[in-house]
Amino acid sequence: MRLALREALRAFRRAPMLSALSITTIAFSLFAFDLFGLVALNLRSALRQVESRVEIRAFVAEGTRAEAASAAVGDIQRFPEVDRVTLVTEAEALERARRELGEFEDVFDAGILPASIEVRLSEGYRDPAQVRVVAERLARYDFIDDIRYGEEWVEKLYRLRTIATVVGLALGSTFALVSIIIIGSTIRMAVLARAREIQVMRLVGATRGFIRAPFLLEGLLKGFFGGVIALGLSFVTYASLGRFVLHAEFFGIGHILLGLLAGALIGLLGSAYAVGRHLRHVA
Amino acid sequence: MSAMVRFTRVTKRYPTAVTALDGVSFTLDRGEFAFLTGPSGAGKSSILKLIFVEELPTAGEVKVIGQSSVTLSAAKIPSLRRKVGMVFQDFRLLPDRSVAENIAFALEVTGAPRSRIDPKVRRVLEQVDLRAKAAARPHELSGGEQQRVAIARALVNDPILLLADEPTGNLDERSARSILDLLREIHRAGTAVLMATHDLDLVRATPFRTLELHQGRLVFDSGSPTTDATVAAPAPSPANAPS
Repeated sequence: MRLALREALRAFRRAPMLSALSITTIAFSLFAFDLFGLVALNLRSALRQVESRVEIRAFVAEGTRAEAASAAVGDIQRFPEVDRVTLVTEAEALERARRELGEFEDVFDAGILPASIEVRLSEGYRDPAQVRVVAERLARYDFIDDIRYGEEWVEKLYRLRTIATVVGLALGSTFALVSIIIIGSTIRMAVLARAREIQVMRLVGATRGFIRAPFLLEGLLKGFFGGVIALGLSFVTYASLGRFVLHAEFFGIGHILLGLLAGALIGLLGSAYAVGRHLRHVA
Repeated sequence: MSAMVRFTRVTKRYPTAVTALDGVSFTLDRGEFAFLTGPSGAGKSSILKLIFVEELPTAGEVKVIGQSSVTLSAAKIPSLRRKVGMVFQDFRLLPDRSVAENIAFALEVTGAPRSRIDPKVRRVLEQVDLRAKAAARPHELSGGEQQRVAIARALVNDPILLLADEPTGNLDERSARSILDLLREIHRAGTAVLMATHDLDLVRATPFRTLELHQGRLVFDSGSPTTDATVAAPAPSPANAPS
């Protein structure tokens, strides 16, 4: 292992330009992937925010006893799909309308707006089918007059989310594949540059594992450093966007570690592939 | 004395349909010195590559130090190569390492400890008479000196067989002779040597066994000489009859 590390460092020292070039190539491939990741991350969190506003509003018939409505609220709260239930009395509805629509303040009289039960659904239960199931269940209370949940809007939102997921997966895997191919050929170049060394190693009876080790280590280090640079570039991009254009979200610590690990792993696998192919080729 | 190298009706054909060797049989005993001669393309290098397991025969069997080409697994090749040293016409030294580092490298890849590497490197440098150039880079040496480094590298693992593929091909006459003298010394110390060369003057000047190839066939085997040649081995049975 010590020898493998020494040989890997020797390769960096001996061909600093080639090493810098491969690290830069890896960094930019991963940077493109990181940028895509940032866009996907922010799109997802924006969608989640909109989704959290999916709400079912059940209007309570006039003259319903407050106790009956309260008891229903307790029941509904126990539905597995339900995140939060609020009972909005006639008075509260009036007050809210006056607050939100100040210029029509005079129009609203007591008794003009019905009481309602507002139901917010938990994450994972916000697709059109689930929303409809809950709405139908609410409709079974005989004091419920009418139910609204913006059916069309929910369906559009859900379709948008499905499209975003599919496009995200397709683009993400394309980006990852392109990165792997670029990184693989970069490392292959490094392996070819050291073909003579590999030849001598085989000549003096080095095992395949022994020949591979410095290359794998080199690939791992290059991938890792490339990952660090890519992350730095992404942060700079994110920070300047945040300052001038819009506020966005950056990767959490979990994503950052995953990104660095992925960089190192791509470097390692790229090297394993390149050196394995070379060794097979030279017998 | 058992044969250290045994070729039994070995044929080697390349994918390009070129037949490099055609039904070649011979044996090489422990401690023997033999020349492989013949014009370019006669199959000399192919024989060395087969012994060094750089290639496998298309037909027939190559047996080296008890390992048969028929049953040899890839995992056993490195340990076999540590017992068989090889030198080439183009030296194959690593240009960014000193003479001593080039030689030490052959021991490092075997996982030898530093305490064993340094004295061994000193010893082989002494043997090839290059102690004073230990710190030099290959490009600072003459061709003859570079070949000595390559021989030292091949010797440092104490091989029982040394293969030399045209080791004097790139050298002037004086250097060529000194390389041959060095190989003879190595042979006297007990290592078998198989040297491919097309330099017939060099071959005639020595009393060793000669195997001559022509278009992939073994056309002449002088057999082991009765004087000077071998340390311990009796004459092997003659191989293919001349065709």
